Amino acid sequence: MQEMTGAEMVVQALRDNGVKHIFGYPGGAVLPIYDELFQQEDIEHILVRHEQGAGHAAEGYARSTGNVGVMLVTSGPGATNAVTPLQDALMDSIPLVCITGQVPTTLIGSDAFQECDTVGITRPCTKHNWLVRDVNELAAILHEAFHVARTGRPGPVVVDIPKDIQFSTGTYTPPQTAPRTSYHPRVHGDAEAIKAAIELMKTAKRPVIYSGGGVVNAGTEASLLLRELVNLTGFPITSTLMGLGAYPASGENWLGMLGMHGTYEANMVMHDCDVMLCIGARFDDRITGRIDAFSPNSKKIHIDVDPSSINKNVRVDIPIIGDAGTVLEDMVRLWRATAKADKDGLKPWWDQINRWRSRNSLAYKHSDDVIMPQYAIQRLYELTKDRKTYITTEVGQHQMWAAQHFGFEEPNRWMTSGGLGTMGYGLPAALGVQIAHPDALVIDVAGDASVQMTIQEMSSAVQYNAAIKIFILNNQYMGMVRQWQQLLHGNRLSHSYTEAMPDFVKLAEAYGCHGIRCDKPSELDAAIKEMIETPGPVIFDCRVANLANCFPMIPSGKAHNEMLLPDEATDEAVANAIDEKGRMLV
Amino acid sequence: MSAHLQPTGSAYFITKETSKAEKRTLAVLVDNEPGVLARVIGLFSGRGYNIDSLTVSETEHEQHLSRITIVTHGTPNVIEQIKHQLERIVPVHRVVDLSEVAQERNQDNPLERELAMIKVKGKGDARVEALRLADAFRAHVIDANTEHFIFEITGRVSKIEQFIAIMKPLGLVEVCRTGVAAMNRGPEGL
Repeated sequence: MQEMTGAEMVVQALRDNGVKHIFGYPGGAVLPIYDELFQQEDIEHILVRHEQGAGHAAEGYARSTGNVGVMLVTSGPGATNAVTPLQDALMDSIPLVCITGQVPTTLIGSDAFQECDTVGITRPCTKHNWLVRDVNELAAILHEAFHVARTGRPGPVVVDIPKDIQFSTGTYTPPQTAPRTSYHPRVHGDAEAIKAAIELMKTAKRPVIYSGGGVVNAGTEASLLLRELVNLTGFPITSTLMGLGAYPASGENWLGMLGMHGTYEANMVMHDCDVMLCIGARFDDRITGRIDAFSPNSKKIHIDVDPSSINKNVRVDIPIIGDAGTVLEDMVRLWRATAKADKDGLKPWWDQINRWRSRNSLAYKHSDDVIMPQYAIQRLYELTKDRKTYITTEVGQHQMWAAQHFGFEEPNRWMTSGGLGTMGYGLPAALGVQIAHPDALVIDVAGDASVQMTIQEMSSAVQYNAAIKIFILNNQYMGMVRQWQQLLHGNRLSHSYTEAMPDFVKLAEAYGCHGIRCDKPSELDAAIKEMIETPGPVIFDCRVANLANCFPMIPSGKAHNEMLLPDEATDEAVANAIDEKGRMLV
Repeated sequence: MSAHLQPTGSAYFITKETSKAEKRTLAVLVDNEPGVLARVIGLFSGRGYNIDSLTVSETEHEQHLSRITIVTHGTPNVIEQIKHQLERIVPVHRVVDLSEVAQERNQDNPLERELAMIKVKGKGDARVEALRLADAFRAHVIDANTEHFIFEITGRVSKIEQFIAIMKPLGLVEVCRTGVAAMNRGPEGL
């Protein structure tokens, strides 16, 4: 028990919860906390240029370390600018603690300067939030905030602290393990359900494992267990966008990503399987395609820590509620004790899979004159794969190409905005990753449109000498928007072309970092090497083919087995991929 | 799945729900802290669920526990989601589906009662008739002068609806209702 001010408590609570870095932006309502930060050295504050950047940086930090990310912003506009990363973290289950300043208690409700109803605005985009009304409750609330953010299905929380609370003195209480009686996330899966799942898996002739971000969130141990389960069972495995890296892309049972821009083999396997084991994924609409034609003949096992994910979009036969790592541990143990991989039984299935694989659905037409975006990602992968490389992305075609063509071998190396699809996520996320891993190679695979949404954070990267590499696949368009306009709207490219593009090399120089431009396939390798070898931050303007489309693709309203493959994607097929009735409903 | 999906060609799929909606009464035990009701209501509006009736009051003062009674309707899938989503709210202790419990115990429905105050203004025959009907409905007069009555009536929702309908031609002025309070029959607790 210690007497201290509210502002001191904030810093002490951060210390007691193991926080080393926070991302933030000062303002009137948080000045007492900033004053405390100034007078200590345990916690390093990273100054961003916009509060959205602080949020995404904290998300990147959290996703790449497995720890809670922390952001600190002021009241009013500081808090409203934090809304996008909060919702982003909610949808992708990223543990994030956001501390906001608030106007003094006596002014709340008076429309004071920089006042907003922060807990009201952030209620639907957080796992939980608190307005602190008494300095003696502040420490307990902060500890509880960390507990809620990191346990169960991780997510963002907001602690809103009025300025008078920051100034006033009260009693600091140290962290407790179970601060609240109503909140009990289930960790251990039901033993009977796990047993039933293993029994079902033993009988499978055409099985598939479909894993998601929940495995990555469950820690590196969970990814190791997943790999072990795949090896023990001999089952093929695919993963969602968020789950890439949990099973290595070089692993022989790897099918590639599934879903709208997933591989042909992954989607065909999902469609034709007889037993589906879903681990830490949530049957999102980008994954399932047309839901009444989704994997019609399979028995489905679903492991998820969040009971509300079960039976939400797809009815499953065996639900298992629990932490992916804990349940995987039980499954591996039970499989070892009672089952053996049925190599002969699975052979016809693998033969079929290999026929699908031979369609080579990620193929594209190479060009000697222009850089194909897929080629750029492939070269980036080849030239960085021997290093400790972290990839972040923005949102759009480049994101899908990165997911398809970059081989992820480890979990926590791939940071992308999956659920919310936030353009502008990648650059600040890269900053957060680089702060957490100063010696690693951190690359934001970006699009020319997305990157401009948070480009101001280059200034933060330069300030902290965070050597992030912004690798822009510059096609002058909002590529994914243009692709959909081509597919759905008669190729009327309404406002998807950026007519006044900045000179990214000059922009890099203006920020005080290094700029590189490359538009020839023959010069790409040397340029990428230059980027890697540059000690500081780099903006790489990679000029790619302007009108390349991202394939394969499940056109909307179609099932997994009705994919549009690149070799079939003639102009005519693209134009007719979606029927007239469908266009009306967009 | 019972839902029929229309192939749309849209970025999203548009679902046409074909299974029948059913009425459910839920009891939700929550920590009585600021904003908890907003969390529950926000969940319903944000996810497009229905609220037919909602009542809330602190029921255990020492533990600061409130009991929220929600009457909702939806397809079985939606009802299942509502319960899971409510359980996700951090200050929610328990969600009990009273309708489901009643079915398990071979009872029709949980006991449901509502209280209403009903103001009726009138003179002469209408006034006499209002008082006579109120007596038949076991409504009490809790305020009156020569021109009006305020009745207090407790009972099932249907009874209150009926009473209000009857009072309409007799000079109904104002209605205030509490919403439904509900509990399962039998000796067992929540």
